[in-house]
Formats: sequence, C-alpha cells, structure tokens
Amino acid sequence: MPTFYDTQVASPMMLGTAQYPSPAILAAAFSASGAGIATVSLRREAGGGQDFLRLIEGLGVALLPNTAGCHTVKEAVTTAQMARELLGTAWIKLEVISHGDLLAPDVFALVEAARELCAQGFKVFPYCTEDLSVCDQLLRAGCEVLMPWGAPIGSGLGLNNLLGLKALRAAFPEVPMVIDAGIGRPSHAAAAMELGFDAVLLNTAVAKAGDPVTMARAMAQALDAGRAAYMSDPIEPREMATPSTPVIGKAFLQ
Amino acid sequence: MSAAFTILGAGVLGLSVATELATRGHAVTLVDPAMGPGGHGCSWWAGGMLAPFCEFESAEEPVLRHGQASIDWWERHAGGVSRNGTLVVALGRDRAELDRFARRTEGFEVIGGNRVAELEPDLAGRFDRALFFATEAHLNPRVALAALQSGLAARGISVTAGPPDDAGEVIDCRGLAARDILPDLRGVRGEMLVLRCPEVTLARPVRLLHPRVPIYLVPRGEGIFMLGATMIESDRRGVVTARSVLELLSAAYALDPAFGEAEILELGADARPAFPDNLPRIGRAAGRLYANGLYRHGYLLAPALARQLADHVETGDKPEFWHETDDQR
Repeated sequence: MPTFYDTQVASPMMLGTAQYPSPAILAAAFSASGAGIATVSLRREAGGGQDFLRLIEGLGVALLPNTAGCHTVKEAVTTAQMARELLGTAWIKLEVISHGDLLAPDVFALVEAARELCAQGFKVFPYCTEDLSVCDQLLRAGCEVLMPWGAPIGSGLGLNNLLGLKALRAAFPEVPMVIDAGIGRPSHAAAAMELGFDAVLLNTAVAKAGDPVTMARAMAQALDAGRAAYMSDPIEPREMATPSTPVIGKAFLQ
Repeated sequence: MSAAFTILGAGVLGLSVATELATRGHAVTLVDPAMGPGGHGCSWWAGGMLAPFCEFESAEEPVLRHGQASIDWWERHAGGVSRNGTLVVALGRDRAELDRFARRTEGFEVIGGNRVAELEPDLAGRFDRALFFATEAHLNPRVALAALQSGLAARGISVTAGPPDDAGEVIDCRGLAARDILPDLRGVRGEMLVLRCPEVTLARPVRLLHPRVPIYLVPRGEGIFMLGATMIESDRRGVVTARSVLELLSAAYALDPAFGEAEILELGADARPAFPDNLPRIGRAAGRLYANGLYRHGYLLAPALARQLADHVETGDKPEFWHETDDQR
C-alpha cells in the first residue's frame, strides 16, 4: 500500500468529492471504493461550506485539501494556508492552473509555489505534467510525492503519454507517484497501476458516471488488478507467437 | 384567534402547503416574520422551471414522478404556467454532453437545426442538434408566489408576523432556517442574474450543457430572462462572486452573442435547503410537523409535498417522503 510523507494509506485510490448527485451518493461511493484519501476543494466552498466539510470529515478517510482553481502562486499559497487552518493538516494537493481549455498545470508557478509551501512546512502533493525536468525541480523544491496527469482534468482520456509516464516512473523509482486526472474508465486505472504507479486520483469518472457507486467499486477492482499485475512481473510483449503447450511429438512448422 | 394548522414560513413550500390545506377546507394561519414572500427566501431567486425530465439527469426517480404532477397543480392554484417545453443544447465541442444527457433522461425528442429554428427563431443556425422536452413547463416564481398569497387572502388567510394564541398543529416550512431543529439540513448556494435583452425572444427555457458551467435561461416575458444557476456546497447567502457572474454570462453569450448587450437588472444569491440525499422529507421534529429539503426542486416538488402533508394530517398515514427520526424508530 502506498506511503505518502511517512503515512501509509490502506488503498491506492484517492477520490475527489465534487460533482456527485448528492452527499448520500458521495458517501456510498466512498464506501464502495475503499478509498483511503478524499480530496476536497476549498476555493469555492470555504465561505459557509462547513456543513459540506463536516460531511466529508464524516467519511472517515484522510483529507487532502487542494488548491483547485488557483492561477497564481499567491492564490495557491493563500488557499493552502487556509486549508491548513481549517482542516488541521499540512497535506496540500497543489494545483496552479495555466491554460483554461486544458486546465494544464502552470509548471513554472507550480515549482515556485511548491518551494514556498515546502519552506512553510507543508507536505506538498503537486499536480504536474510528466515532464522529467519539471518533476526533478519539484523534488528539489522539497516535494516527496509527484502527481503527474494522465490527461486533462475531467477529460476521461486515460494515459495520454505512455512513454513519458514510463520514463518518469523509471527516473524516480523511489518517489511515490499518483496519476492525477484524466482517468475515465477502470482500464485506465489498471493501466496506471501496471506501469508501477502507487495510486490514482479520480473524481469525474466516478461522480459523473450514471451509477457512481458501481463505478467506484469497478475502479477499486481495477486498481487491485493493476497493482497485482505489476507485482507479479508481467511478461514482456513480443511480436512472435510463442506456443503455450509443448510441441514435442508434433510436426515442426517450417 | 385559533387555527387547526399554523404554517411557519411563507416561501414556496409554506404557501403551497397553506393553499393545499385551505383548498381542502382546513382552517390555516400562515406565519412569516417578513409577512410574505420576498428576497429573504430562496424561492424568490428560483428559475421556475417545471422540468421533471431534465432534472432526472442528476436527480432520483421521485423527482421525475412527482414533478410531472406539479405542472397541473401550479396551473390550478396560481395560473401563469407556460407549457412550451424545454430546449437542451450544447456547443460543438461539448456535443458529448448532449449524448450523455440524452442517455440519462427521457421524455424528449432529438431534433435537428431546422426544428430548433422553428421553435426558437433567434437560435436559428446556431445548433444543428438539440433535445426537445415537449411536456415540460415554466412559470415566473415571484408571480406564482404572489398568486398563491392572493388566493389565500381571498379565503381570508393573510400572513402574520407571529403565531396565533391557539396555533393548533404547527407545520414547519422554514427552509434553511429550520436547521435549529433539523441538523441534517445543509445549504447549497446558488447564484443567478436577471437580464433584460429585448433583442432576444425565447419561448421556453433553454439549457446549455457544459461539463463545468451548465446554465439555463428562463424567459420571463418582455425581454426579461433569468440566468442561472451555480451549485456550490456552501450556505453563504448574499452577494454574487465575480467568478460566478463571469461564468454565467460567458455561457449566456456563447448561447447567443446578443446577450452581450443585455442589461443586468439583478444579481441574486441564496442557499437551497437540502438533506444528504438531496430529496425532500416530511417528518416530526421538536414536537411539530415539518416539510423541508426541496433542494433545487422548490417549484417542482412543493405541490407533491403539500399534498402528502395534507393527506398525512387527514389520514395519519405516513407519506412517501416521510422521514423517521432515530427517536421515533
């Protein structure tokens, strides 16, 4: 099971808390998913959102507040400070968004904000691209977790850059890594785990499914399958057929 | 002065319950410190869409079933119901949203650009595909509330600031203010605008689907439109944020650029009362009956709640939306 900043969590799933049809369905989805961590957006809910926060706290999982919707270092740092005060946790999922269409991370502001927050004692979970040099900078800034995107937030496109994600995994084998954003289906979640990632963060794929509770369960099963596959050292793909039954006693093909 | 029933709260639910009971011949008093409906209650800021099929996209089955019956109730008790249906559209890049909406709902026909132009000439050429929910309806909430209030006045029932000496059975319809006796109740913030845009004529509510900022425009006649609405997990009332106004107006502009010239008549925000499953409840708390938790379905479900409450006080049977509290089980 993954460990983030010396805290071991019971599940490779992080689940977001936005966009569910109702808090009751949100709670049922969490229960079906077994997720160990709930992400929560403070930016819009902060003023007067205490009832909702109480509901989220009632889920009985660790809370990972995020800085969703922040576009500048200053906004992100202020939101992180607010989250620490409100929720009493130094964990912060750091999002600094640059481009509105893709909600792509602003990697320059991200590194700067990460440096500032790490210096202030935060345990930063940066939402980043799979770019090796950006991730290197984030680790130097003090981050001990990386959260590369699979695809743009809410797009459901899966793992867009397999080569880049594999390279990232190989470059920093000891760093806990979470695929954040872009997962649409259980097969995407399984693929992320098969690549050796430690966890997956989901929200839209579950919350906006016609039946969020059943989808949450399907995602949990996929994560388990993907993790088990990674641990079992799967075969490498090859371009020639290899017979799985012995050929002794049969005619050899020319 | 005495009454068989004293209803607390003169919002959409209190007025509906009072109307239903009074129509059935019960003696009713209606109590609201503000002496009537107004901007202090969230039903003042509602869209007034009677759209059970569209709401079924994210709501549960009872909303669909009871919502359909609400249209006739409003016509009978308040009048002013426009039965022109609902048009649901999406911009080119969000067409997948239209497919999803179609999968999640019923009671519509898929129409092409020509039919869109027939239904809403001002949207001609802008959408080559849409969903048309022909049996849905809409009303103007403030007109409807006033109609219920004057209907009650015609029966000699006016809104008083405080309860009568002999209040009879008290029915609490105070919405979010009833959190003092209903701890499960939470607020879901909604923000809206009222626009005047005489350049645009729409015959029916138009919903523009978008993964992040779905909006609807409800025509109120004479070039007036209600543009809504945000859904934020917060009980904050009062002022609208710049971000919400930007998002709502941008979406309206994308629907029809003519809205760029609209005058902004009102900005409004309030918090909808909701229980954790976002479905309404009738029950008993603090020694009184209550009905609450209409969430974003005030006008759609108030008639059903009013009827169920009236049936309950007449027969004692527990209605569909009855909620047992722990100490009653």
